[in-house]
Amino acid sequence: MARKDSIWRGIVTACGLFLIVLTFAIGAFLFYKGSGTFTTYHHSVWEFLFSPQWNPADDFTGGGQIGAAIFIVGSICVCFLALLIATPFSLAAAIFMSVISPKVSEKIFRPAVEIFVGIPSVVYGWVGTTVLVPFLEQLFHLSYGYSVLAGGIVLAVMIFPTIASVSADAIAGVPAGYQEAAYGLGSTRWQVIRRILLPAAKPGILTGIILGLSRAFGEALAVAMVIGKMKAFPAGILSPTNNLTALIASDMGGATEGGEYSTALWTMALLLLLISYLFIFLIRKVTAKGEKIK
Amino acid sequence: MKKLVALVLAAALSVGATACGGTTSSSSEAASAAANSAAAPSSEAASSTAAVSGSISISGSSALYPLAKDAIGKFKATNPDASITLNAGGSGTGLKQVAAGTVDIGNSDVFADEKLPADSAKSLVDHKVCVITMAPIVSPDVGEKVTSLTTQQLTDIFTAKTKNWKEVGGPDEAITLVTRPSTSGTRALFKQYALGGKEEASNKSLETDDSGTLLQTVSQHKGAIGYVALSYLVNNTSVKKVSIDGVEPSLENTYSGKYKVWGYEHMYTKGEATGVAKALIEYMQTEEYGKDMEAMGYNVASKMQVQRDDPKAAK
Repeated sequence: MARKDSIWRGIVTACGLFLIVLTFAIGAFLFYKGSGTFTTYHHSVWEFLFSPQWNPADDFTGGGQIGAAIFIVGSICVCFLALLIATPFSLAAAIFMSVISPKVSEKIFRPAVEIFVGIPSVVYGWVGTTVLVPFLEQLFHLSYGYSVLAGGIVLAVMIFPTIASVSADAIAGVPAGYQEAAYGLGSTRWQVIRRILLPAAKPGILTGIILGLSRAFGEALAVAMVIGKMKAFPAGILSPTNNLTALIASDMGGATEGGEYSTALWTMALLLLLISYLFIFLIRKVTAKGEKIK
Repeated sequence: MKKLVALVLAAALSVGATACGGTTSSSSEAASAAANSAAAPSSEAASSTAAVSGSISISGSSALYPLAKDAIGKFKATNPDASITLNAGGSGTGLKQVAAGTVDIGNSDVFADEKLPADSAKSLVDHKVCVITMAPIVSPDVGEKVTSLTTQQLTDIFTAKTKNWKEVGGPDEAITLVTRPSTSGTRALFKQYALGGKEEASNKSLETDDSGTLLQTVSQHKGAIGYVALSYLVNNTSVKKVSIDGVEPSLENTYSGKYKVWGYEHMYTKGEATGVAKALIEYMQTEEYGKDMEAMGYNVASKMQVQRDDPKAAK
């Protein structure tokens, strides 16, 4: 018996260690590939982050321009627009699920939200190009509907279930005594939700929002299909732009591996990894703070 | 973050595939050597028609992909023992992989030395299997009025100097530029021969990942203009072709040299082609397959009355 135990423990430990090694290997690989822009082709980090001039040479001699500011700004605009649209809906859905109608939502609402998570992003993108983009064209009388707004709406639909379900769990996790005490003091249900449940569940809700944001940042396919991929800063939410993930996806095939172009794309991948590390760091900070309050 | 993981996993997979590719190429060499020794006693004519066996892998240009896929299907019908893996990953990928020896044939829209360093480009042998013609296309509403543009007009449109169709005799509609990524071989050809080397206005144009999407985008938007290879227009009436300087983009005009926006499709092998790779390339260059090629909208390279040299080698 004891021997069997130790065998299984060995297997599980090996799997766990493998995953840790894999995670670090990914980071190291991206760092190795992405740093080439700065070491091999001698560009400055400043140029990469803040210059809008993107014209890398697709060969090994270099000498192009690798300013990624347009794509970074594009990513940020679309993601924050998506958050702006999704957060109110998600919070309302979370409150509905956990407070107003827990029984109905347990049977219908929650499974529906979970199905949302499972829909492949290409489907969102496809529906976006065939329905949303022509709709925006007609609504605003544009010559084309590819825009920051289209990207923001598609992403908002995609991250809505993440934010809603994490927030619902956080609200449901608030100790029942808090609610009972508030009702005992004569609070209305709205007062309980606003003054007691939401503040107490704040760290969980923030975690949901950050998780949603990090999904939005990493999403390539769905956004790429509706954003128009124009290499210019967006003039407004109705104008097209490009973002980091869409550019990597569209340009990596044609670029010669190891050349200045593909190295610059790897640097973008590295930047995305660093941003996701930042989000994970933020989540840890937020949840650690929440535990202290409790 | 999810995408990143997927990307890295894909990278890991391709490393795996690379390792496999290495072994297949060596086994196919062995197979071809065996085939050669077996064929040696018989006459030369018999050895060239005998079915070949072995497995090879091909990757590269997405413009050449539909043709290569069709050719491989027909090639396999007469060579059932040949196993061929075909991937589209872009010209850059194909060239890099064939130079590294991870695939047996690398398909490319451009000459190898335009993307690779000179020393690794030198190790590759060029097989020009066909010529591809690029045509400017416009949405149907524009196509009714605009059937031909001069090179100057076309350049002004793609550099966003001309912003409304009425300036070139079309309807009063804003021009929507639809283009391909800057690493695309189609875009490189179009820039070089249709726009006289002028860079497109990237900050004013919608970018699409592939020619299929470009075609769809142009057909669905009023006032849109883009460009695709003729092979995409064989069974498509949703967009209109535009002549350049009065010359219609067609296979005949490309052969005669009247129409200028065309380029070679290359299949590169590392060193001389052998075995299955050699047989496949030779099959694609036969007169019989040439008819299929033209039906699909590609030009047969041997019928070209004009030639072009490698721009880098010419310098």
